Amino acid sequence: MLRPVMTWIDERFPMSKMVREHLTEYYAPKNFNFWYFFGGLAIVVLAIQILSGIFLTMHYKPDAEKAFASVEYIMRDVPLGWLIRYVHSTGASLFFVVIYLHMFRALLYGSYRKPRELLWIFGMVIYLCLMAEAFFGYLLPWGQMSYWGAQVIVNLFGAVPLIGPDLAVWIRGDYVVSDATLNRFFALHVIAVPIALLGLVVAHIISLHEVGSNNPDGIDIKKNKDPATGKPLDGIPFHPYYTVKDIFGLVIFLIIFASIVFFAPEMGGYFLEHNNFIPADPLKTPAHIAPVWYFTPFYSILRAVPPMFGSQFPGVLAMGGAVVILFLLPWLDRSPVRSIRYKGPLFKVSLTVFVISFLLLGYLGLKPTNIWGQVGGTDVATVVAQLCTALYFLFFLSLPIVSKLDRTKAEPDRVTS
Amino acid sequence: MLVVSTGAVGAAGALAAVSTLFVSMAPSERAKAAGAPVEVDLAKLEPGMLITEEWRGKPVWILHRTNEMLGKLGETAALVSDPDSKLPMQPKYATNIERSIKPEYLVLVGICTHLGCSPTQKLEAGEASGLGADWSGGFFCPCHGSKFDLAGRVYKGVPAPTNLEVPPHQFLSDSRLLIGDDAARS
Repeated sequence: MLRPVMTWIDERFPMSKMVREHLTEYYAPKNFNFWYFFGGLAIVVLAIQILSGIFLTMHYKPDAEKAFASVEYIMRDVPLGWLIRYVHSTGASLFFVVIYLHMFRALLYGSYRKPRELLWIFGMVIYLCLMAEAFFGYLLPWGQMSYWGAQVIVNLFGAVPLIGPDLAVWIRGDYVVSDATLNRFFALHVIAVPIALLGLVVAHIISLHEVGSNNPDGIDIKKNKDPATGKPLDGIPFHPYYTVKDIFGLVIFLIIFASIVFFAPEMGGYFLEHNNFIPADPLKTPAHIAPVWYFTPFYSILRAVPPMFGSQFPGVLAMGGAVVILFLLPWLDRSPVRSIRYKGPLFKVSLTVFVISFLLLGYLGLKPTNIWGQVGGTDVATVVAQLCTALYFLFFLSLPIVSKLDRTKAEPDRVTS
Repeated sequence: MLVVSTGAVGAAGALAAVSTLFVSMAPSERAKAAGAPVEVDLAKLEPGMLITEEWRGKPVWILHRTNEMLGKLGETAALVSDPDSKLPMQPKYATNIERSIKPEYLVLVGICTHLGCSPTQKLEAGEASGLGADWSGGFFCPCHGSKFDLAGRVYKGVPAPTNLEVPPHQFLSDSRLLIGDDAARS
């Protein structure tokens, strides 16, 4: 019954061929561990965001007069509207949780190394798009945090020398963040960026399947093929082995997701900030504003760099540079081995310091600069943030030397468990 | 040759099409027209009080400074990075110590010169402000911790690079202020 249908399709569209190439005969290393859940989870979250987003769009009004009220309308009057909205807002934060873990996996196992440079770059562009998507989306509820967050981020572009002020006006479509800004951010959030994201995800997966997956040992499984079948000895078909494994991970993930949606959708003000339940007021900035948690490490860097030559552009450059420098990772790491399992103590210390700095920057970005008091008229937290910023960049800038000098261990010939 | 010229014409066409899209994102005529001057009655503004008016969608503060407040400007001169207002953040007629036309009335755009937050008013000096016992009164930006004195001059070592902007303004009479238009003065 099914076979003639498949044959009919295959003569007109490479259905079976695609299933073979990407699922049943895509050989992934057999030693994937916990860290390999997050790529698949990211795709699921993307699907959740697109689906819940479509249904939010049916009730939301991108109009400065009506936006805030329409979100409250979704929360109170639309049947199960609260659920769809909380799924979307929780999904946004968990998207970044998943992506940060996914990126950290690449750092651990050197997944960005040759021949996966382009795969890494596609991933980084996805990350950039995700940040844009989150930023545009955050303006839509038109609460106080939406408004002032957008004000700060758009003004970052205003700090660009010469063209800055005009650029900021062009982005806003007005001299202040206003209805025009809200309307265009809505367009970018629901059409432009999602389309780009989908295309990039496809490119990311195609390039992954072209070069093959890395693994916790960081060695190439294509070097050891079964002479009879030509299949990697340490590879197993993605389907059914990893589809089953990923479904297990997905179930755990969805339990966490649902717990947040039902029991702590605001996550104590970290997923949905308290001040965003107050309608936007262009004349009054809330007493303490902070971006949502996933932007705070970069926000801390922005805040840590003092103005130079009467311009805040250096801070903006440092913040942009903190993201851009990630793109260069494949060329900065010159270690003879990929995985942290075979890298030496220097890299391990370096990575640990980097992770601590990143987390500390993230924490400080959530808090006012005077949180740890003052010494000699300077905020302690600002000095710590400056130190962490230096350490953040030092990880990347020292990587070519660290990875060269490090005492690495010999990689095994075959993958270990 | 044919391919190149076809390609060039095509690229020019695509560029023209895309530029339409870019231009469409600039402020509309309606947005441009919304910047009319605002008239404010100062009769009820007691010394020490501050009112906020909206001009071009931005908050504009009018602070009626007391003599005590004006006295503080001498103290803060050493702490701020541009005490003499050398950078053009104010019209010529407000380029003085008080950064104002009449010393007691300070008119400022209430937008931090760092990244556009609206600073919080911390007009009171001392511990009550929450900014330490040596605070001389002024404004504190909650977003990134920039501080300004009672003339909107930026403190040294904070993220904001310049003093708060003094908008064009003029007095129509002793108690009537016009923000956004200084035709009579310049």
